Amino acid sequence: MSTPDSAPTPGSTDTSWTGATRRFLERRLPLAHLLPSRQPFFVGSWVYVFGVVAVTGLIWVIGSGIVLAFFGPGWWHVSGVGRFVNSVHFWSVQLFFVFAALHLWGQYFMASWRDGRATTWLVGVVIFIVGLVTGFTGYVSQQNLDAQWIALNAKDGINGTGAGAFFNVLDFGQMYGIHVMLLPVLVTMLVVLHVVQVRLRGVVKPIEPRAPAASGDRPTDVAS
Amino acid sequence: MDQDAYYRGIPTVPYDLLKEIVLALVASGVVIIALALALSSPDVPPLTIRTWAQQDPLDFVTTATSELGGTSFSAAYGPPYTDGSASVQTIGPIAPQRWAGNAVHLDPTQDFVLGPLGTAAIGNADLAAALHAYGSADGATQQGWLTAYSGALGTATTQNGAVVVAPGDYGPVPVLMTNLLGVARSGGLDGLLLSNGRFFETNYTRPLLFMGDGGYFAGLAADQHLLGSQWGMMNETGSYPGQAWLWLYSMWYQIPPYNTAPNADLLVVLTMFALTFLLAFVPFIPILRDIPHWIPIHRLIWRDYYRWRRTHPDPGTG
Repeated sequence: MSTPDSAPTPGSTDTSWTGATRRFLERRLPLAHLLPSRQPFFVGSWVYVFGVVAVTGLIWVIGSGIVLAFFGPGWWHVSGVGRFVNSVHFWSVQLFFVFAALHLWGQYFMASWRDGRATTWLVGVVIFIVGLVTGFTGYVSQQNLDAQWIALNAKDGINGTGAGAFFNVLDFGQMYGIHVMLLPVLVTMLVVLHVVQVRLRGVVKPIEPRAPAASGDRPTDVAS
Repeated sequence: MDQDAYYRGIPTVPYDLLKEIVLALVASGVVIIALALALSSPDVPPLTIRTWAQQDPLDFVTTATSELGGTSFSAAYGPPYTDGSASVQTIGPIAPQRWAGNAVHLDPTQDFVLGPLGTAAIGNADLAAALHAYGSADGATQQGWLTAYSGALGTATTQNGAVVVAPGDYGPVPVLMTNLLGVARSGGLDGLLLSNGRFFETNYTRPLLFMGDGGYFAGLAADQHLLGSQWGMMNETGSYPGQAWLWLYSMWYQIPPYNTAPNADLLVVLTMFALTFLLAFVPFIPILRDIPHWIPIHRLIWRDYYRWRRTHPDPGTG
């Protein structure tokens, strides 16, 4: 352990992993960017709300899902309170996907991958795909007629790809475990990454009113 | 990225990120809770083997007979359940369904019929004798009994929950089926199909495949608009919205060549893989990345900006 006299002072002379990581984060993601109190005036459009509502929908999904997971998969079938919590879970999933889709299409027509934001778009698409799988595993974990039928029919598509050998949709235990643990953690981590990516670079500037071929921004569309 | 340089020349306005998130959380919560209180959520009880056998004993016995003879949909399915090939989907020589082999391991004859009957035969001399007779017969004899009995089921009737067939040479098959129907109607078969020799069980592969081989389950699903031809992926029981976000996945099943292809599932999955790849890499794909420039939706989204730009021609180079 270093003595107080020999401890490096915080700053560029601190060569520890922790110090280097801190300097990297301070340089790449200053708090002023992470929690901005001013934004370009064009951010006033309602389109920017879609992503925020999708995130809040996800918060409701996870909150209600935690309650459902705590009481077990059979609880909501026999409890009035459980049925209400499941209903919150059900409708918040619907809200999440509606606004995630609106957000995706909004960002597409804004060409939001411009100026080095391609990876932000890519992560957003991955969130949507992982969200689909999360929703699917939830539907087959409902322990009702719908869950039975979805599982029975979905097996053919999954088996056709060869994935059925290790992803058995007829195995409730496997689907439930994946749904309540692995996928929510993955979606949450990806959403955090996505939001950080947005805050890191800020929102993209509007498409300048000129022809794409002459815009000059094409090379930077794909820069990371 | 230097955001100050990027936004140079563009006015900024006060913006409270956390306040916006909290307000959105509250607003979305109000909408969600209102929907939950007003509309609740779908929950049609699951089908059990017991219900199936009680409500449609003839369909149950017909299905069970096909399981015993190894001619059911599940028996012929192929990987990952059986060694068959009826449901193996291929594109030319490519058959990913075969790559991992028979990983789940299913023997419908034993798992759905003979195994449960063997357990039920304890203390039931008639059933034990019928099982012995069936097991002692050669394959041709078994097949003759099953063919005759399956044919007779076509004109069978049900009386007080029992299936009645015309007299014929069916060997021990009617005794086997009568006992299996009895065990099923009592609810015992629901447990026997899950029994694995250990205590805990969460794998419902066997009862689901068994029920899926019959016609009763599909009839219930049709009543709830859950069939593939009914855009079932997007529906829920009781007219609730289902996985509407799978509309594109569901759409392929409604149109040629997918709706008539024997390998439709594999074709649809691969099509969706390809479209997902295109979506993910839109920023790198000419035309796809240019469409937003051509369709002026952005002029609606950023109309305030473009109005401002008319009097401020150079907002900065970024």
